Amino acid sequence: MSRLTRRSALGLTATAVAGLGLAGTAYAATASGPANGVVPAAGDGHTGHTGGMDHTGHATPAPFDEVYQGRRIEGAPAQGGAHGGHHGGYQVRIDGKELHVMRNGDGTWISVINHYETFANPRAVARAAVVELQGATLVPLA
Amino acid sequence: MTVRKNQATLTSDEKKRFVNALLTLKRNGKYDAFVTTHNAFIMSDGDDTDRVGHRSPSFLPWHRRFLIEFEQALQSVDSTVALPYWDWTADRTATSSLWAADFLGGTGRSRDGQVMDGPFASSGGQWAINVRVDGRNYLRRALGAGVPQLPTKAEVDSVLAMTTYDEAPWNSQSTGGFRNHLEGWRGVNLHNRVHVWVGGQMGTGVSPNDPVFWMHHAFVDKLWAQWQERHPASPYLPAAGTANVVDLRETMRPWNNVTPADMLDHKKFYTFDAA
Ligand SMILES: [Cu+2]
Ligand SMILES: [Cu+2]
Repeated sequence: MSRLTRRSALGLTATAVAGLGLAGTAYAATASGPANGVVPAAGDGHTGHTGGMDHTGHATPAPFDEVYQGRRIEGAPAQGGAHGGHHGGYQVRIDGKELHVMRNGDGTWISVINHYETFANPRAVARAAVVELQGATLVPLA
Repeated sequence: MTVRKNQATLTSDEKKRFVNALLTLKRNGKYDAFVTTHNAFIMSDGDDTDRVGHRSPSFLPWHRRFLIEFEQALQSVDSTVALPYWDWTADRTATSSLWAADFLGGTGRSRDGQVMDGPFASSGGQWAINVRVDGRNYLRRALGAGVPQLPTKAEVDSVLAMTTYDEAPWNSQSTGGFRNHLEGWRGVNLHNRVHVWVGGQMGTGVSPNDPVFWMHHAFVDKLWAQWQERHPASPYLPAAGTANVVDLRETMRPWNNVTPADMLDHKKFYTFDAA
């Protein structure tokens, strides 16, 4: 993918980070943090509104449903309560197909598509996956 | 005795033998079994659940055991083959001989990330990506796109200088230990950053689909050996009684017959060409 595309995805991440007020910790953990030349953008404060706290004290991210670069991305707390272990009790879909996500102990997120860098919330993880997929469809593991 | 060499020093015959062994394991299905195992662990290793392969103290012994098993599979094809290591502090650009057509092939094209040259290019018909998380069945890379710079020698040295192996909470949040800084969830970020720098499958849960996975981890493994040499009084931690992680003498899944203690001395299994 082009660096520009990737950078825009990271910009969105940074916006979401600022929205959650986690900028310091989340960015310290990312491969593409400020040390590598990516400056977090100012947040609009409208992402990452919370639906309550889980047992580790992290806010459960609010549901989302939007079209990003032509793909429908949806996220919501998992059915059956927020006790989904490392999934963070949260389910993310791209065009209806599940994107496996995991919440880190510090409240940041990764997915099966971006497994070695962290994002501020499930929406940022979903958007990064859309960029990385370049139009491809998620499939259950073969 | 197996001697693991710097990939930059391999002769063309050694490169050819390594590549041929990889292609044979791919053909007979053994290669993909390793990809499946790795993904199963990486998807279940959570910060507050049972964790073995990643984000935990056993990250290093688990991958050491995983690489030994893979190296033995290669050697069942060609007994002269050993895993080469990729010193990404030295060979740090997309024009390195590592990415040449006679070895791993280069970066992917921009349209779809597809690797177009070398033995693992989709067009050669010998390297289908079968264990995958999306519809793309070809090897992909985007060298330097996800993050522009590979870790430097100075960054590696700063991590090798850390004196404690690992510390509570024994996961991706541990702030003061060698293991988490080498793995890359904190600090200058070594191992994780290299996955992101390569991009394509290397950035995903099915990262061993790219043969460079083994050469990257062989170097991470070598850094662990160097760290041990530098800090002979610093033991593997935790020693015992720690929930959700593998203590020194507890067995590791999926083998269930090997402990971190068994993995501490790599010289029982192989040596490196240089310190
Ligand atoms: Cu791994
Ligand atoms: Cu790795």
